[in-house]
Parts: sequence; C-alpha cells; structure tokens
Amino acid sequence: MLRIRNLKCFYGRIQAVKGVSLSVEAGEMVTLIGANGSGKSTLLQSICGLMNGWQGDIRFEDRSLKGLDPPRIVRRGISLVPEGRQIFPPLSVRDNLDLGAYTLHRQGRKQEVRETLERVLTLFPVLRERARQAAGTLSGGEQQMLAIGRALMARPRLLLLDEPSMGLAPKLVSRILGTLVTLREEGLTILLVEQNARAALQVADRGYVFETGQVVLQGSAGELLEDEDVKRAYLGRDYGDFYDGKA
Amino acid sequence: MVRPSLHNLVPYAFFVVLVGSAGLWVDNPYYFQILSMIGIHALLALALNLLMGYAGQISLGHAAFYGIGAYASALLSARYGLSPWLALPCAMLAAGLVALVVGYPTLKLSGYYLGMGTLGIGMIVFIVFREWSSVTGGASGFVGIPPLGLGGRALLDVRSYYFLVWAVVLLALCGSQRLIRSRVGRALRSIHDSEAAARAVGIPTSRLKLQVFVLSAVMSAVAGFLYAHMVGFISPDTFSFIVSVKLVTMVVIGGMASIWGALLGAALLTLLPEVLHAFAEFEMVVYGLILMTVMIFLPQGLTRGILDIYALRRRQSERAARPAD
Ligand SMILES: Nc1ncnc2c1ncn2[C@@H]1O[C@H](COP(=O)(O)OP(=O)(O)OP(=O)(O)O)[C@@H](O)[C@H]1O
Ligand SMILES: [Mg+2]
Repeated sequence: MLRIRNLKCFYGRIQAVKGVSLSVEAGEMVTLIGANGSGKSTLLQSICGLMNGWQGDIRFEDRSLKGLDPPRIVRRGISLVPEGRQIFPPLSVRDNLDLGAYTLHRQGRKQEVRETLERVLTLFPVLRERARQAAGTLSGGEQQMLAIGRALMARPRLLLLDEPSMGLAPKLVSRILGTLVTLREEGLTILLVEQNARAALQVADRGYVFETGQVVLQGSAGELLEDEDVKRAYLGRDYGDFYDGKA
Repeated sequence: MVRPSLHNLVPYAFFVVLVGSAGLWVDNPYYFQILSMIGIHALLALALNLLMGYAGQISLGHAAFYGIGAYASALLSARYGLSPWLALPCAMLAAGLVALVVGYPTLKLSGYYLGMGTLGIGMIVFIVFREWSSVTGGASGFVGIPPLGLGGRALLDVRSYYFLVWAVVLLALCGSQRLIRSRVGRALRSIHDSEAAARAVGIPTSRLKLQVFVLSAVMSAVAGFLYAHMVGFISPDTFSFIVSVKLVTMVVIGGMASIWGALLGAALLTLLPEVLHAFAEFEMVVYGLILMTVMIFLPQGLTRGILDIYALRRRQSERAARPAD
C-alpha cells in the first residue's frame, strides 16, 4: 500500500534521512522505532507533503506522492496525527474535528462527514461530552484522542501517527494503542512512530528500527521484541519501567 | 450553514434602527459626511479584520487597496467617461489582481516579516500615486471625480449617499459573518491558531490566505470607490502609511476577530479627531493617550472588554441575589 524507496531528506545541508526503504501492506500495523533525532518525524512529514525537497520514491497505492501538497495527499487517503498533537486549543472540540474533514466538506460529502463524526464520537465518547469545550482545556490524553479523531475525520485508508504515547501515563498509552488495534481490525492501515518501543511492538505486526536516519533492523514485532540489540537499546529503560518503578 | 437565530438578529436589528434613525434625524451635510466616513472606515476595518482578526495575517499596507479602488474608479469615470457603476467592478478587479500578484509571494512570510512586506506594498503604491502625475495628478491630487447618480440622472444627495454607504456596510457585515461561521472561516481560525498544524491536517493554508487577502483588498477597493465619488477629489495622502496604521488600530481597538468590534473601532477612530479639535495642537497627544488607555485596560479591544465587564457585572449581581452562598 505504501512503498518508500531510498528516501533522502535534507534540512539545508543536514541530512536527516539517509536512504530509507520501507513498506506497509494494506491492513497492517507497522511501527517505526528509534531514538530522538533519528529522523522518524522527518520521514512521516515527507509522506504527508510537509517536507519539501526529498529525494527517492514514495508510492501510495502504486501512485507517486512526489510534488503533492498536504491537502492532495489527505485526499489520496493519508492522514497524519502529528507529533505533540497539534490540536487547535482555542477552537472547540467539534470545530477541531470538523477541520479534519475539511477536504470532505469541500467535496460536499456531507453524509460521509456525519457518519464519520458519529464513528469518531463512538470511538472516543469523551469527545462527545466535551464537544463544545475549547480543545485546549482537554487533558493530555483527551487531546491525543482528539488529534486521532481529527485525523480519522478525513476518512484515511492509511493513518500515520507520530508518538501518540508521548507524555501519557501507561494506562492512557494502552487505551490509545488499544484503539489503534480496534481501528486496524476495522481494516485501517497504520504506520506508528514510537519511542515507547515495547508498547508499540506489542500491538504492531512488523517493525523497523531507525538509527541516525537509517533503518538498522526490521522484522516481525515478535522477532524485534526478542532481539538482543533492540532489548538493550530500546526496551531496557522504557517509559513503562519508569512508571512501574523498575528502572 | 448559519441558521438565523434571534440571538444573531438582535445586533443587526439594533444596527439597522440606529443607522436608519440617524439618517432620518440628522439634517446637516457636515454630519452626513462624517457618518458616511465612519461607514467607509467600517468597511475597511471589516476587510482588514477578516485578514488580521480571523486569518491572523497582518497587513500594514491596506491603504494601498483603498487607494487603488479610489484611483481606478476616478480615472475610469473622470478621464474615460465610464459610468461610475461600471468603474466599480473594474476598480474591484484591479485591487483584486494587485492583491493576487503581491499576495502570492508576501503571504509566504509571517509575523514581523509579513508586516514589513505589506508595509512595502503600501509604500510603493503610495509612491506610484504621487509620482505618476500624468495619470494620477501627482501630489496635488485628482480632481473632478463625478458624483454618483442613480438611473443615470438624479445625483445622490448627502442623505442618500449616507444610506448607500451604510447599506454596503450592512452587506459586508452579513457577508463577513457568513464567511466566518462557515467551514472556510473555521479553517481561517485554524491558520490563525497554528499554520503548521493546519497544514498537517491538510488545510490548503497558502490558498486560503491568498483568497482572504484578495477578498479583503476587493472590499477595501469598494471603500475607495465610495470615498472618491463622495468627496470628488483624492490625493495620495488619503492612502498613506498613516492611514494603513489607522486601519490596523481600528481593528485592534475595536477587538480582533469581532465584526462588531471593527465597526466600533471605525466609529471611534473617525469621531475622535473631530471631537478632539477642541484640544487644538494637543489633539494628537490626547488621541494617543486615549488609544493607550484602551489598550492597557481592555487589551482584547473594546468589544471583548465591554462584554467581559457585562458578564462580570451579571455574575456579581447573580451572586448578590443568592445570599446563601
Ligand atoms: N526544521 C529543522 N531544521 C534543521 N534540522 C532539523 C529540523 N527538524 C529536524 N531536524 C534534524 O533532523 C534530524 C531528525 O529529526 P526528526 O524530528 O525527524 O527526528 P525524530 O526521530 O522524529 O526525533 P524525536 O523522536 O525526538 O521526535 C534531527 O537531527 C534534527 O535535529
Ligand atoms: Mg519526532
């Protein structure tokens, strides 16, 4: 469904992604794990058209995404849940969700917007309760649900998430990741970027390990969870361990 | 989209009654001129408010579009004998095209840089008005702009002109409100809040910013048209940098992101100099002091400030009515 070949991204002279190839098949949940600054967000931004001037090849459903702007990529069926949520704090929860459906509204697909809104509000009932409240007044976990809900409002076939567990307590992390499992079961394809490697590998089918802009390891989630290098580098001192008091 | 509820209609009813009764009651050409001027400024403030208050894009050169509207209409009607009513769409088109051409590169800027960029546009257009004397009449101005008539003959008297101006303001008010409450208005507010986030969601931010900039310029051109044919004479000074700054002040004083605030700001800043004539050479000092006071005590602008005070009073009286607490 998504096929990236030899992707290179630059910030001026700094190369943040150094020839990455990866793929996501329809119906899969794939996770991308790696340390800070390894280029995970940069990769997601290239897929969404938020990075200009990347080299290589990104194909979605066998069509190149080169040169497309973010609105067109959303229309192709890819939505991003950005790093740090990036909701619109002064706007109401409902407005935030409606903004996610901007392209659908534009095409006059009102019925679909209504259905999708209903689906999102069923998925996250707390958003229904808070619909008229300013999004900035939500708790961190609720804001993350809103960010995911907003992305779903565009009715994507591929959902990209950039560290949705960031800053959340373990209970909320499992709640969020649990939702992703549900979505995947409903047929959504997911590419999940995470630093919380253990949690991500527990829900994903496959994983890629990123290091300084390159894929250093890939495999099924089970394999990666057992891999000695991964264990040492990413699973040893996990957020979960901090919270559980094991670290 | 917008269901006309009673709550929404009250301010409009108030507006219509106020404008209507003032129009019937006033009987002095000088007052009519001032009231019409308030309307023209209100139109400009509404235009700028869409750009600044809602989309969050500052323009320090909006007098340029006001001027383009005025000069284009003046030229076409006075020099080429076109009916002003046909000159109007041409003037709107001219301002819209200029906005499109300069807005495309300028709106890639943000914050201070956008301020500087639009400032530059204002300056350039001002210099063109002043230096291109063969066309614009240069610094001494452009004279002999025909007044407006209806049906080709009857010229509008000051009272009818006043009603014309305020009818246009009413139209702009309704239009702005509709736009703001629509899907597009919501997207504009999201750009104001965080352009990066809006882009990430797939909102066509560049295109929307350009569209609202062009719309704002076209509305300003209508104000220029109304001004030129009301006064019959225009000169570059009417469209200078100072005027651009005054327009920004109207929006800020009235309250950003509030259409009624734009109206209030325009009224205040148009009336203030008239009232302050009494202070003679201290006029500008008092003017500045008043603006400073408003900004210090009501930093959100007059509309928000007044609404907040009102809400506070009501809460207080509610508390007073419940002695048990
Ligand atoms: N706007 C920018 N300008 C210059 N360099 C940047 C910019 N954004 C990111 N970088 C650099 O690119 C590299 C990759 O950054 P990126 O944000 O993709 O990493 P990441 O894997 O998402 O990290 P994290 O886990 O902290 O979010 C980093 O070295 C970073 O410093
Ligand atoms: Mg990142």
